[in-house]
Amino acid sequence: MKKAAVRIYMGLIFLFLYAPIIVLIIFSFNKTKSRGQWAGFTLDWYVDLFKDRTITEALYYTVTIAILATVISTIVGTLAAIGIHYMRGFGKNLMLNVNNIPVLNPDIVTGVALMTLFISAGIKLGFVTMLIAHVLFCIPYVILAVLPKLRQLNRHIAEAAMDLGATPSYALRKIILPEIRPGIISGALMAFTMSIDDFVISFFTAGNEVSNLSIVVYSMARRGVKPTINALSTLMFLAVVILLFIINKKSGEGEELLL
Amino acid sequence: MRKVRILAYPYSVWMAIFIVVPLILVLLYSFTEGDIRNLAALRFSTRSYERVLEPIYLKVIINSFVLATISTLCCLVLGYPVAMIVSRANPKVRGMLIMFLVVPMWMNFLLRTYAWMSILSPNGFLNRLLEVVGLPKLEIMPGKTAVLLGMIYNFLPFMILPIYTVLSKIDKQYIEAASDLGASKARTFFRIILPLSIPGVVSGITMVFLPAVSTFVISGLLGGGKTPLIGDLIEQQFMWEGNWHFGSSLSIILMVMILISMAIMSRIDRNGKQDENGYSKA
Amino acid sequence: MKKRVAAVIAIVALLAMALPMSGCGEKVVLNVFNWGEYIDLSLLDLFEERTGISINYKTYETNESMLAKLEAGGSSYDVVFPSDYAVSEMIRKDLLLPLNFDNIPNFKYVDERFKNLGYDPENKYSVPYFWGTIGILYNKEMVDDPVDTWDILWNPKYAGQILMKKDVRDAMGAALKMLGFSMNSKNDEELKKAQQALIDQRSLVAGYYGDEIKDLIANGDAALGLTYSGDYMELYWDEDADFSHIGFAVPREGTNMWFDTMVIPKTCQHKKEAEMFINFMLDPDVSYQNAVTVGYPSPNTEAMKRIMEESPEVFELDAFWPDDEIISKSEVYVDLGEYNSVYNQLWTEVLVD
Repeated sequence: MKKAAVRIYMGLIFLFLYAPIIVLIIFSFNKTKSRGQWAGFTLDWYVDLFKDRTITEALYYTVTIAILATVISTIVGTLAAIGIHYMRGFGKNLMLNVNNIPVLNPDIVTGVALMTLFISAGIKLGFVTMLIAHVLFCIPYVILAVLPKLRQLNRHIAEAAMDLGATPSYALRKIILPEIRPGIISGALMAFTMSIDDFVISFFTAGNEVSNLSIVVYSMARRGVKPTINALSTLMFLAVVILLFIINKKSGEGEELLL
Repeated sequence: MRKVRILAYPYSVWMAIFIVVPLILVLLYSFTEGDIRNLAALRFSTRSYERVLEPIYLKVIINSFVLATISTLCCLVLGYPVAMIVSRANPKVRGMLIMFLVVPMWMNFLLRTYAWMSILSPNGFLNRLLEVVGLPKLEIMPGKTAVLLGMIYNFLPFMILPIYTVLSKIDKQYIEAASDLGASKARTFFRIILPLSIPGVVSGITMVFLPAVSTFVISGLLGGGKTPLIGDLIEQQFMWEGNWHFGSSLSIILMVMILISMAIMSRIDRNGKQDENGYSKA
Repeated sequence: MKKRVAAVIAIVALLAMALPMSGCGEKVVLNVFNWGEYIDLSLLDLFEERTGISINYKTYETNESMLAKLEAGGSSYDVVFPSDYAVSEMIRKDLLLPLNFDNIPNFKYVDERFKNLGYDPENKYSVPYFWGTIGILYNKEMVDDPVDTWDILWNPKYAGQILMKKDVRDAMGAALKMLGFSMNSKNDEELKKAQQALIDQRSLVAGYYGDEIKDLIANGDAALGLTYSGDYMELYWDEDADFSHIGFAVPREGTNMWFDTMVIPKTCQHKKEAEMFINFMLDPDVSYQNAVTVGYPSPNTEAMKRIMEESPEVFELDAFWPDDEIISKSEVYVDLGEYNSVYNQLWTEVLVD
């Protein structure tokens, strides 16, 4: 009975999460651009995808920045989280609260403020500024993901290790990091998610040289988003799913994948 | 281990430059008026703040808080069980399950919201389905319910993930000890599992509530612009009306209100004590 | 695991540094900033082939966000495509370079009626790109009254079936026109009345949207909506779907005629090449191809002649070729200067109510 309830519940949750994705995929095959009618099945949008220079360029920057931002923010964020965890009192609270500000601020405020900051400092807007902006809003998520694992840690383990002769660096690498690994991975996942879909902040910090998928999509809004984007999203989705299955096959029996 | 604190210093420098300084800029805009391009030509003025304190804008801010609170609670109620279920699943499957919970978020946000419109609109998929089955149509979109649904949809994985990572490693010995001592499953949950998962819950709430308060596209598209939230207003000021001063004041007021409510919450939770790691005891 | 991570980072970092190298070198690169989906992309390739000038094409969502970027500085653009009122604002804020029409001989093909318009009276800074009107998009099966005046958007018979545009000028404009006032009114009393009309309309309006209106109406989610003429043209030109049940009408009280234009901002690095690009876009064949792809009426007389030969029936449409009577009663948006904030405040109050 309980198992059935669990299955039904998870089924509903997945239905909820994937309903729009299914709709999105269906529209990628719709002959017409309008979402108001089904005009027949076509693969044209998939072909168009490769001919559209704005989309291919945007895809490159989106993925590159997302990966770089995820890597950087995960490293900096994890280290910062560990550092914050061992702080006390006012300093700790200050760091925690300031860390929340990018999460709390509307994107537009962050985007505009950062743009003004860069321009006032004479920095040319481009790839680097967009990357900095992405790292900026990703790090808080990494920290928020890692902190609970740190709090879950038995705080004496690290000290015990050092009493037994381990250096702080060894304790860090061999004891703390493995224990908080799920937090790090989930932080990286969330950072990637935030970065890959960002529009406003990217728009204002990108200058005239770079763009990303979200900018391209939102710019199409006035005229109607072309289903080539749906096609692209579908392909990306398939790529991720296939990747997941490959990774899953490769890891051994009963072994925990990543988390 | 106190020396480990220095790991946080690079980030604090980063924060000072990229979070605090822009914040000061926003503060500056909020207290001035004049051409935004020319920082030197700004004149001091509280006009933006006077406007913010008008009743209609305060109403919008309160609406945003209420909606954000409801969606956070919904995410918690819906997401916690998911985190528990996944944490108890076969280890080989867990990672995959989590990934599949997150992957929908990698699809473009605007597209996903458009898809919800297609599903929930008066003549959308849901209603057409209901029609076929003979059930009455639902008038969800545009409306508050649709906005709520959209918000829960977007933030649910951010609630699930941190709770899951904590639940997955709760020392089994605690649970075994509890059942050895005769505790029922419910008791074990409320007295042992839940309290131990609080750090994850706190992070989850943070990652849902804060962005939920300032969200905008969802309310615009699924609410039909009839339930403007503070995020909509702020976006409007910057993107559509070029009034950065008013937009900045709105943002500062929003920030202040959130920081105050967070401080109140932690005051209520804290019985004056901190746990061994220096976090307020929840 | 660590080694693989390091390898991925290294590869990505290399990739990141490799690509943007295209900026340096002898080739001139034009930075063009336009609305999304608003050009036939193959024309860019054509321009590059003919002239050897590379185009870096970027897009934006609204005039305001484009303006915000331009005003802030920090990035240079050579050609931008603002709408009419944005052009006036840009002129007022001294953001544009005057065009050297010696480099744009194809300007002679632009319809005389579309030169020296209110937003750029001496036609010094802009060249029209596409134009249209705003009007009422409606589902013929759901509306049995004639759709020819603004009143119908206030008709209680269609409560809950009306969609209004979220745009402050268009919404206030429709209300002002319905009351018989000018869409560029600076009369406080008139504006108050318009605001009241919009507030009264709230209970009838299902939602305030941007470009989603055409899809919602096409899907049968609403009966009437205030939209761009271009939105109707999109549905009209659609060869695959059947939108014959959708109509578009321009109210006989007159409406707004909008123009999107090409301008050269002050941050331009290559003025001569920018003017070459503008001239290229005004070439009759290029104009024609662009108009066919985008679907909006072109201000280029030669292009329109060709379209007239091929699809004369499209000239019957209000959405494509409004008749002279309507045009004579229609207005172009002018920059309202300080009244911008008045309009904005009134409109915000309508939405928040």
